Amino acid sequence: MFEAADTIIQGLLLGGLYALFAIGLSITYGVMRLVNIAHGDFLVLAAYLALWPVMNLHMNPFVAILPVVVLMFCLGYTLQRVILNRTMGANFLAPMLATFGISIILRNGLQQIYHSDSRSFDIGTLGTDSIHLGPRIAIGEFPLLVFVVSVILTLATSLLFSRTRIGIALRATSDDAQTAGLMGIRAKRTYAIALGLSLALVAVGGVFAGIRTTFTPESGPASLLYAFEAVVIGGMGSFWGTFAGAVILGVAQGAGAKIGAGFGILTGHLVFLAVLALKPTGLFERSR
Amino acid sequence: MIREKLNYVVSRNTAISTAAVWLGVAAAVVVVAFPWLPYFGTPAFMHWAVEVMCYLILAQMWNLLAGYAGLMSVGMQAFVGVGGYSVFIFAQHLGVNPFLSIPIAGATAALAAALTSPLVFRMRGGYFAIGTWVLAEVFRIGFSNVSALGGGSGQSLTVMTRIDRGAREIAIYLIAATTLIVASVGINLLLRSRFGLGLTALRDSEAAAESQGVDVRLLKLQVYTLSSLGAGLVGAIYYTSILRISPFAAFDLNWVVAATFIVVIGGIGSVEGPIVGAAIFFGLRSLLADYGTWYWLVMGAVAVIVIMFAPTGVWGYVRARWDIQLLPLQRRLVLKGMTKAGAAAATPAPATVR
Repeated sequence: MFEAADTIIQGLLLGGLYALFAIGLSITYGVMRLVNIAHGDFLVLAAYLALWPVMNLHMNPFVAILPVVVLMFCLGYTLQRVILNRTMGANFLAPMLATFGISIILRNGLQQIYHSDSRSFDIGTLGTDSIHLGPRIAIGEFPLLVFVVSVILTLATSLLFSRTRIGIALRATSDDAQTAGLMGIRAKRTYAIALGLSLALVAVGGVFAGIRTTFTPESGPASLLYAFEAVVIGGMGSFWGTFAGAVILGVAQGAGAKIGAGFGILTGHLVFLAVLALKPTGLFERSR
Repeated sequence: MIREKLNYVVSRNTAISTAAVWLGVAAAVVVVAFPWLPYFGTPAFMHWAVEVMCYLILAQMWNLLAGYAGLMSVGMQAFVGVGGYSVFIFAQHLGVNPFLSIPIAGATAALAAALTSPLVFRMRGGYFAIGTWVLAEVFRIGFSNVSALGGGSGQSLTVMTRIDRGAREIAIYLIAATTLIVASVGINLLLRSRFGLGLTALRDSEAAAESQGVDVRLLKLQVYTLSSLGAGLVGAIYYTSILRISPFAAFDLNWVVAATFIVVIGGIGSVEGPIVGAAIFFGLRSLLADYGTWYWLVMGAVAVIVIMFAPTGVWGYVRARWDIQLLPLQRRLVLKGMTKAGAAAATPAPATVR
């Protein structure tokens, strides 16, 4: 009984981290139907970008997140303007193939610089301290912090899309880029903002993931798949759906890991396939 | 303008394409004869050639999927792995002749694709692409947990040691060459058939193809199964050749990365494209062999640049620039008794049926 509750709570907290991976992917798909294959590699890139000030300036990893987020926003904006906008058209294939190329460049570039050694951020006792809720249930302080940040950022993204002028532009472009253009919304600039936001959010996820566990240049693909699964399980239309999808994935992985080492990820994949079989539009799909 | 009886034929071939067919036949004969030639018969060359042929077959399969059926797959390694493992299951564990196991393995991969297709076909476009990747991961983890197949560390094809090494190398080389030739000719003939017409229609517009009576769903399923058969054969041939398999190698993403880059750089949606792409791919690889990850960095950069500035690839650029078709699929109207210039002027744009 305690064990089951513990598994669910740990899975829930892991899901909070996955939501940070997934919301960015949900943004680019929602706004411009782009499935960014390099999403996971950008996540790893953000972790390595944070590694530099942490190692050389002895900056606290939490402080390092801020400049990295700004940098990743600029990178996303620029990449969309310089490379991806040129490939956007009626066909989904060209921009997706471009992100595939970018993904290989990033992964091998990081491999070239940092080799395959696994890295991690040290945050002292915060990384190991936990709050005891009962005899056998303990919540790690850091995973809880990640979960709270994840909820706040999901809320912030939702509000950004529903309440602000940029959000209106993003939604209008998503619905009909041409008509939005007639209203004075420049689609190419909007797309650039979307990729910028996407990478800024995944940067937070990347540094948190680097604190929680280790990362190598090869960590990207797995993160992309978790993000993708969360988006599909949740269904399109709301960021809370994506958040819920991430939590379901986290709980599934946690429950699977109880069966045996190595079964966690497989269980996550199987839950994803089961959702696909039963409700391919996602569990919390909402048409806009 | 032309009032007299119209005197024309619908032709597909041009002088260059006829020459290309004969060149292709000559190349096929040379390829099959390689093992008996003095310099080329070395084990190192034969091994390299098998690898090149495997990648070329896989690229043709990826092109058939993405270039014609509009299905981008990032999960083709699923069927490379299933094909590879099937050889080990049939030959090593069930005692089937190793060489006979190769076609059986291809069929097993095709069956695996057909059985899992209802699931992945619930996704479209970009979702389909990543969804097939998840499927490949499920297969990888699944095979890693079968201890009879060596679990995560894999196993060796020890039954092959009973066969003389030289004979083994020649046999596997000839199987690879035959598969490549059959696949290349087969795809070309397929694209020229009614089936191919449906596919090209599908490539250009799914909605329009459907409205003209093309059964889009069935067509996609057929292409997906067929390309998985090819991928399965690639896995079967490659891992029979290197005699060892492990889940991480067999279900490695690099299989599909290589196939994608070969097609994108060479020219997506054309039969000649992957051949040009493979030449560039392996040319760059031998140039950058000593630089490790730089090779993939350069390949990625070349692919991105090609997508940005020459979306139809190197071959597409050449074709548009000089109007050369080595393996033409389109039909042209050739008016008899007119000068070449006149015929060109009277012919509607050659792109009518591509």
